[in-house]
Amino acid sequence: MELTGKMTQLPDMPCPDWSRREFLKWSAALGGLAALDSGGLSLGLRLAEAAEKAGTADEVMTWACCVVNCGSLCPLRLFTKDGRLVRVEPDNTGDGPGQREIRACLRGRSVRQLTYSPDRVKYPMKRIGKRGEGKFQRISWDEALDTIAKELRRIIDTYGNEAVYRQYGSGTTSASINRRNEFYRLINLLGGYMDQYGTYSSAQISAATPYTYGQRGANTVSDMVNSRLVVLFGNNPIETRASGGGISYDLMEARRKGKARFIIIDPRYSDTAALVADEWVPIRPGTDAALASAIAHVLITEDLVDQPFLDKYCVGYDESTMPEDIPPGNSYKDYILGTGSDGLAKTPAWAAPITGYPADGIVRLAREIGMAKPCFIVQGLGPQRHACGEQSARAILTLASLTGNVGINGGNTGDQEGSWGIQFPKLPTGKNPVKTLISFYTWDRAIADPKSMTALNAGVRNKDKLDVGIKFMWNSCSNATINQHSDINATKKILEDEKACEMIVVVETRMTPTAMFADILLPSTTPAEDEDIYRQGSAMEIGYLLISPRAIKPLFEARTQYDICTDLAKRLGVLEQYTEGRTQADWVRYLYEQARKMKPELPEDFNEATKIGLFKWMPGKPKVALKAFRDDPVANPLKTPSGKIEIFSKRLWDMSKTWELPEGDVLKALPEYVTTWECYEDPLRKKLPLQLIGHHYKGRVHSSYCDLPWLVSVAPQRLWINPVDAQARGLNHGDQVKVFNDRGATLVKIKVTPRIMPGVVSLPQGAWYKPNAQGVDTEGSVNILTRTHLSPLAKGNPQHTNLVEVVKA
Amino acid sequence: MLKQPAFFIDMSSCSGCKTCMVSCMDKNDLPIGVKWRRVTEFTGGEWMQRPDGTFGQNVFAYYVSMSCNHCDDPICVKVCPTTAMHRNEHNIVTVDHNKCVGCRYCEMNCPYSAPQFNAELGKMTKCDFCYDKQLKGETPTCVAACPMRAIKFGEFEELKKMYGESQYIAPLPNPALTKPRLTMIPSRNAKPGGSTEGMQSNPEEV
Repeated sequence: MELTGKMTQLPDMPCPDWSRREFLKWSAALGGLAALDSGGLSLGLRLAEAAEKAGTADEVMTWACCVVNCGSLCPLRLFTKDGRLVRVEPDNTGDGPGQREIRACLRGRSVRQLTYSPDRVKYPMKRIGKRGEGKFQRISWDEALDTIAKELRRIIDTYGNEAVYRQYGSGTTSASINRRNEFYRLINLLGGYMDQYGTYSSAQISAATPYTYGQRGANTVSDMVNSRLVVLFGNNPIETRASGGGISYDLMEARRKGKARFIIIDPRYSDTAALVADEWVPIRPGTDAALASAIAHVLITEDLVDQPFLDKYCVGYDESTMPEDIPPGNSYKDYILGTGSDGLAKTPAWAAPITGYPADGIVRLAREIGMAKPCFIVQGLGPQRHACGEQSARAILTLASLTGNVGINGGNTGDQEGSWGIQFPKLPTGKNPVKTLISFYTWDRAIADPKSMTALNAGVRNKDKLDVGIKFMWNSCSNATINQHSDINATKKILEDEKACEMIVVVETRMTPTAMFADILLPSTTPAEDEDIYRQGSAMEIGYLLISPRAIKPLFEARTQYDICTDLAKRLGVLEQYTEGRTQADWVRYLYEQARKMKPELPEDFNEATKIGLFKWMPGKPKVALKAFRDDPVANPLKTPSGKIEIFSKRLWDMSKTWELPEGDVLKALPEYVTTWECYEDPLRKKLPLQLIGHHYKGRVHSSYCDLPWLVSVAPQRLWINPVDAQARGLNHGDQVKVFNDRGATLVKIKVTPRIMPGVVSLPQGAWYKPNAQGVDTEGSVNILTRTHLSPLAKGNPQHTNLVEVVKA
Repeated sequence: MLKQPAFFIDMSSCSGCKTCMVSCMDKNDLPIGVKWRRVTEFTGGEWMQRPDGTFGQNVFAYYVSMSCNHCDDPICVKVCPTTAMHRNEHNIVTVDHNKCVGCRYCEMNCPYSAPQFNAELGKMTKCDFCYDKQLKGETPTCVAACPMRAIKFGEFEELKKMYGESQYIAPLPNPALTKPRLTMIPSRNAKPGGSTEGMQSNPEEV
């Protein structure tokens, strides 16, 4: 494992010398073999249709949307012929000054394979084996809906509405009617449900940032043209948000047009680093706060902090702005300089062995951050998805305050980049009479051991403790239940107990790992089979409204979830209130009329509007977060208790004394670096030496689209491993390996690449779990390895904090 | 229709997302493994460890999107024993499936791996520059698809005036071999042709 001196060549990678013949070999030979192997595609994608060329007269174009949760939500033009989808085309409504095509990435371009996937759930089914065994029997829609209605009624009558839960899921994100709101609308008419707070995406940063700023918020990416330096912590929009209408494109434009230097801090040389970084600063996962602290040390000791800004706008930087009743020695400056309780100066020399980044490099980085005005400091959601995620998030935010870059053009708050859009209305959900909330990440415990969950130990809100937990679970457009939650082996055991959660309904388009755990499995339509009205997501600076009629008839027995819930409403006696006399098509028109009230320039005639389909608005200038506060902090205070930026949070100080946390977990008033279980400094690393993260992969969005052959063929699942770590284990590029820890194991091929730090491996998150007879996953599903330990403040998902070992399989 | 249609690739804007590959598969109903456009990842760099356990490195990576370059001197046409591979009336190199016997000589000789064997047809297939679309005044699929606007097309002579001759960039072959109708802006990280500083690192994806 020890690295000595210079590491030269990647081990056993193909073709070190690029003669023309060798260039030929990798491509053609592999292509040919794969083609021989493929056996053809099913359903709509036969080659017989390949002769069809673009745009014959009998083709029909229909607008639809790539609905998955990258945040971009790209409009798509679906071409059909004789009732079949034949092609997908991108937004072509104009590009240039004041215009922007929202061009879908490879994921959106593959929706034809999604629609005609051989793994579509075709009919309603009921479980006939043990739960999770995957044995189902086809039943009628009537039997399925009768069963669900009866069980839902029984569970509400027996346990109360708090026992009903809609699983977190983002497989459909922008539709105004389908797949999210329709179940909330139904269950609210029946007395409500236990809701969740937080998300698998951003739990820790969303929980932590309000303690600093009172709210979340950031400058938009287009503002980077005004920056001199852009520093991205664990931020990778090129792969996470690849749309040609959003953040990726804005980032590239800012690089082209602006004057800023770009620095990327990430354990992995991401595609964002490859495209825009002038410098890559690789640091170990979970050590962002150590790096930030050492940067702060240089800023403070070299007089590069913006002292007037800190005095005027911030609380807790030094003793002069500390809240009352806090003993001396607890300011941020004390923590950094070592004049506080730990007596440890957070120097670059201290941070270097933790982060893996050299001390002289940290000094140089800090000076650059301190001197570039303005400096756009921005973080992705990777740094916060850790056991210490809240601390990392706040530590990065603090750098923006130390340098006075908050609330100005070209600067930023340190939060994830901002977006712009128009909040057109969605299907109204009604009011939920149940006020109890749990963290999205605690549903497993709310099934297995609900009575142990309290406000102080598990973040239960609006109630001191849970009484009954989850007995009825509705999953729609969600693969969280098995695939995207942590520790699949532990979760499976909880779900296998049929007396704990008594009814699991899954509404799905395909046979996902979560669908395997359904009691009743219902076939859902895909966007091509639906009619809906969409609005922009949260990853661009464009507002849009998109009217999407049905492009093809629903396949097999698939139904829309509005129709499913309508039929359940009928059985449960709330039909009139549920529909208000409207079909789904009527709701589309109704929501369009509501949108017209916000934007009267929309055509009065709905049919005319449908023909146009896509309407866009662009703000034309960057958004600057907290500008009003910066301009006048007295008139526009923040929503923190002090109204200022709280580098030291008195609220967290108080909570740290009352909240009940497992040994080793801490709440900190300051954005300190903390060590945690399975961090780089955990002694467990002697046994499990590699830190494992799970980056977002270009071939899918979370687990959506994971099974589509085109995407798999251009972006196969691979564990990223550094040549040094591969060599030490006798591994070559393409080898099948076993990745394991005490929670589980998975089999996957490796990508040997210097693009990841030594000592760190990354298994792209979202691959669908598929166990072999020994219970070992065979698809490289990262959550067989992740841990369900709650992060201290958010009670969120630390899914990038893992120790593992890798061996040849 | 253009007289000499040619691609322009702004590799400095290519993010390696592969939307060009997948949109081409969708447009042309390509079976798995047949890739008329291919995005190559070229990666290199070394890691060094200091005594304090910290690291230094000079890692780089960049992507190169390549389809057929409809070359001035197309070796695939030269070597085709049946004259199936030919330059059509639109100056696009294409395969006549009535003549192609699937011998794969073109595949073996093309330094860009542009001709792709379709096992179901038993014949060679390749990028036809979406001339069906071009004839209708539409944009080729990969050009309209590119989220980063890195792929463009136009009249070869005009593109050359703007961007110069094709360049010899790793891992591309020397353009002298086939005289590709290809213009480009190299990536910021680009290494010269034949460079051994890095290597093509995604063989299974192209």
